[in-house]
Amino acid sequence: MAIERILKDDASEEKGERARMASFVGAIAITDLVKTTLGPKGMDKILQSTGRGQAVTVTNDGATILKSLHIDNPAAKVLIDISKVQDDEVGDGTTSVVVLAGELLREAEKLVAAKIHPMTIISGYRMAAECARNALLQRVVDNKENAEKFKLDLMKIAMTTLSSKILSQDKVHFAQLAVDAVMRLKGSTNLEAIQIIKKPGGSLKDSFLDEGFILDKKIGLGQPKRIENAKILVANTAMDTDKVKIYGARVRVDSMSKVAEIEGAEKEKMREKVQKIIAHGINCFVNRQLIYNFPEELFADAGILAIEHADFDGIERLALVTGGEIASTFDNPESVKLGHCKLIEEIMIGEDKLIHFSGVEMGQACTIVLRGASHHVLDEAERSLHDALCVLSQTVNDTRVVLGGGWPEMVMAKAVDELARQTPGKKSHAIEAFSRALVAIPTIIADNAGLDSADLVAQLRAEHHKEGCNAGIDVISGSVGDMAELGISESFKVKQAVLLSATEAAEMILRVDEIITCAPRKREDRM
Amino acid sequence: MALAFDEYGRPFIILKEQEQKTRLRGLEAQKANISAGKAVARILRTSLGPKGMDKMLQSPDGDVTITNDGATILEQMDVDNQIAKLMVELSRSQDYEIGDGTTGVVVLAGALLEQAERLLERGIHPIRIAEGYEMASRIAVEHLEHIAQKFDFGPTNLEPLVQTCMTTLSSKIVNRCKRAMAEICVKAVLSVADLERKDVNLDLIKVEGKVGGKLEDTELIYGITVDKDMSHPQMPKQIEDAKIAILTCPFEPPKPKTKHKVDIDTVEKFQTLRQQEQKYFDDMVQKCKDVGATLVICQWGFDDEANHLLMHRNLPAVRWVGGVELELIAIATGGRIVPRFQELTPEKLGRAGLVREKSFGTTKDKMLYIEHCLNSRAVTIFIRGGNKMIIEETKRSIHDALCVARNLIRNNSIVYGGGSAETACSIAVETASDKYPGVEQYAIRAFADALDAVPMALAENSGLQPIETLSAVKSQQIKENNPHFGIDCNDVGTNDMREQNVFETLIGKQQQILLATQVVKMILKIDDVISPSDY
Repeated sequence: MAIERILKDDASEEKGERARMASFVGAIAITDLVKTTLGPKGMDKILQSTGRGQAVTVTNDGATILKSLHIDNPAAKVLIDISKVQDDEVGDGTTSVVVLAGELLREAEKLVAAKIHPMTIISGYRMAAECARNALLQRVVDNKENAEKFKLDLMKIAMTTLSSKILSQDKVHFAQLAVDAVMRLKGSTNLEAIQIIKKPGGSLKDSFLDEGFILDKKIGLGQPKRIENAKILVANTAMDTDKVKIYGARVRVDSMSKVAEIEGAEKEKMREKVQKIIAHGINCFVNRQLIYNFPEELFADAGILAIEHADFDGIERLALVTGGEIASTFDNPESVKLGHCKLIEEIMIGEDKLIHFSGVEMGQACTIVLRGASHHVLDEAERSLHDALCVLSQTVNDTRVVLGGGWPEMVMAKAVDELARQTPGKKSHAIEAFSRALVAIPTIIADNAGLDSADLVAQLRAEHHKEGCNAGIDVISGSVGDMAELGISESFKVKQAVLLSATEAAEMILRVDEIITCAPRKREDRM
Repeated sequence: MALAFDEYGRPFIILKEQEQKTRLRGLEAQKANISAGKAVARILRTSLGPKGMDKMLQSPDGDVTITNDGATILEQMDVDNQIAKLMVELSRSQDYEIGDGTTGVVVLAGALLEQAERLLERGIHPIRIAEGYEMASRIAVEHLEHIAQKFDFGPTNLEPLVQTCMTTLSSKIVNRCKRAMAEICVKAVLSVADLERKDVNLDLIKVEGKVGGKLEDTELIYGITVDKDMSHPQMPKQIEDAKIAILTCPFEPPKPKTKHKVDIDTVEKFQTLRQQEQKYFDDMVQKCKDVGATLVICQWGFDDEANHLLMHRNLPAVRWVGGVELELIAIATGGRIVPRFQELTPEKLGRAGLVREKSFGTTKDKMLYIEHCLNSRAVTIFIRGGNKMIIEETKRSIHDALCVARNLIRNNSIVYGGGSAETACSIAVETASDKYPGVEQYAIRAFADALDAVPMALAENSGLQPIETLSAVKSQQIKENNPHFGIDCNDVGTNDMREQNVFETLIGKQQQILLATQVVKMILKIDDVISPSDY
């Protein structure tokens, strides 16, 4: 008698070898997809969305690529997930984490084929990951005490991060931008205080860091275009018609004259409100909501600069930088904290007018204005800069730094190899495999740069056999070079996150011996 | 598929739309049912034990779950077969009742069904098998009680509890840091436990997860975390010695429930209404301030104006806090939930030593920690992990471990794990079977064989020779008359589970045997399956 079906019709079930095969294939396919974007000579991908307008994104940011993919393979989803988390947590290394996890699985596949139980592989990988982390920990450089050196470190890290992106042409310029911006934050990881404004036109080189704050809004008509020693009231209040909020209230009148009266009262109310606002002794008023013509006129009369419809982020940031509070009621002018800045003026960037607040009270905030030839370039530039900013802000908190260019991988691989030799039993195969997966990263970097990876990696390995070696792959000259001299550094925190999450993800996929896919939810026909 | 015919050979129609239904009867029905039950058990079999594998499940919406928790696997599997659904129920009820051993119970039920199939083939009536199983389960449960040991723990001696939680956690993906996790679980349970009444209200333990960081960063917070931030970005991020007003009314103009209209027809009315509105906001904030609150936690939203007034009067506030969280905050801080501003009194305020906002990672994720509460009975376990699936799986594992710790507080009897309890029961049932006259003897003997399935699956998953290992353990148990020998899954080198510190709770094991027997009895009693045909 046939075995009873226990699952629904469209559901599928894959067991044992087949399940493992399916997850390996899926994970390795994803790895191969993003592999070519790794390293300073990595290539970009074009992503075209299926939505309306078929928007095109050009990027080499791993997280962005993976986020846009629609994947059905469950193992591939796990990899995409770790890439996203890497992006949220440290901001960079999104490609490396996927590539490392994929390589770990590729090695695991070979071991499984050689009849080693997945659980043995997992325990081997765990030991190897721990050992690799310790090896890296021993070689970190921490320049926390020395501010000058630390700044240099940050600069190096920013350049290394940016060198794989579209900004690599002007990496010195942008690295300087990013480091300056992050140094202003003084240790907080709140990237909100750094505003990025994108304006097409000009070239990437024309991008600049502004110490003040730039609001992408226009100044109301007939109001002063330049204010010195501005006192700013940041508000979130209705400046159109101030509705009565009590529920159910409505106007019901029986003659035209009464309508006019009530209208008059409404106007009077608005006038009162404006008077109250003016009574704060301000000369600049920024509101989150719309300001109608009538109050705007009143403000213009009083010589106050009124800015309407600044979005929520803009308001918060403005309040943050000018040191004011966001007000919604205006009855006690004496206790509301006003924001201050030295100068407000309208400036032109390209063809657009923007409002520039300079000499703000709190030095933390700044604005980076990106210029570039097209929207795609700008978007990619923003992503790259975001990566750099994230990494830098994390590094400010965790000041440990390691060298880049495949150096950390080689250091870890060496330690892991050592461990494999000392470990008895089948686990040593898994540990060895871990070290092979680590070496795969410099190999891919070299391959992407069109270099002879086999030769380079062999040289690198030989170099690393010496104690205290700083050798890594110098992609520019296509040879093995001293990373410390070349100034290629990476944040330890990023490397550690890559190592740990990749191991975790690989372990998770390895533990699976059965995949049950439920029947897809039936969509109701709306045709 | 006619059931009966009249004298002309025409079938009587008994079932509605008889032609469209398929029907299985008698032995055939029982066999079909048994094979369905076995199929479910087979899926779970490889997940049993510390070396068990995980299952990857893709939901109808494409979300991926990776787990080795029996109850979760079955729940997400979306089974269609009726008997398979019974097995799902079985695992779920074990989850509700005990919280752990959800895989074991299904494996045991599957083994019982397999044995029953053999007996059915030999022509033994299903009811006799069911009765035999019933007797055998009674013997097994009694024997468990016999071999169970009390073990002592107290607020000072947590080690035994931690060990038991570690046994539970060792089969999960978190086993890398099982020691830390087990300690967290035990501390959490003890801090909410009522040792007098021997009861633990698990509702007081909140398990929260946030993606990022690593598993080692998981922490126990003596207080509550709320996934919210202050309503106004400029409110203070840290409040010491907070007096908390817990409100379920919005800072908004009143909305009477009866339908009404306020008509404005004169300018005076317009102005009075306006003033009233302003006063209303003012009053609300003033009332909170008057009773001495230094933090307002509200279930509903704030009007912009009210928000600013709060900010202005230096009264930090949190809005849109969920009902469950609100209750937990109330319990933890010893405050009362106040539904109306008029009813605010100083006694109804909750107290907490420290309230702070903490942000994570590069994105703007913020959470509110309420710590050092007046009544520190509510705790939060805050899980960090590499990705969403790890967090979800850790939550499930922690839940299991919490349940185990609770069961131990309720009843501190334990049996030894690693299949040793099952093996001991199997021996006891086997010896007892010979005393029963009648056909039941066979069923009882079959029950003993079924009990062997659990240690056998354990051995198989650990890569040992199942039959060899089990027979070695069994003979060792009989020879030394010591029920502590089990399967050495972790390759430690000893079979004595007492030395390996592998425990399970007595009630958990008893419940497993009882529940599995009940479901198998139910399945055996079915002799007719009528289902709508697919075609």
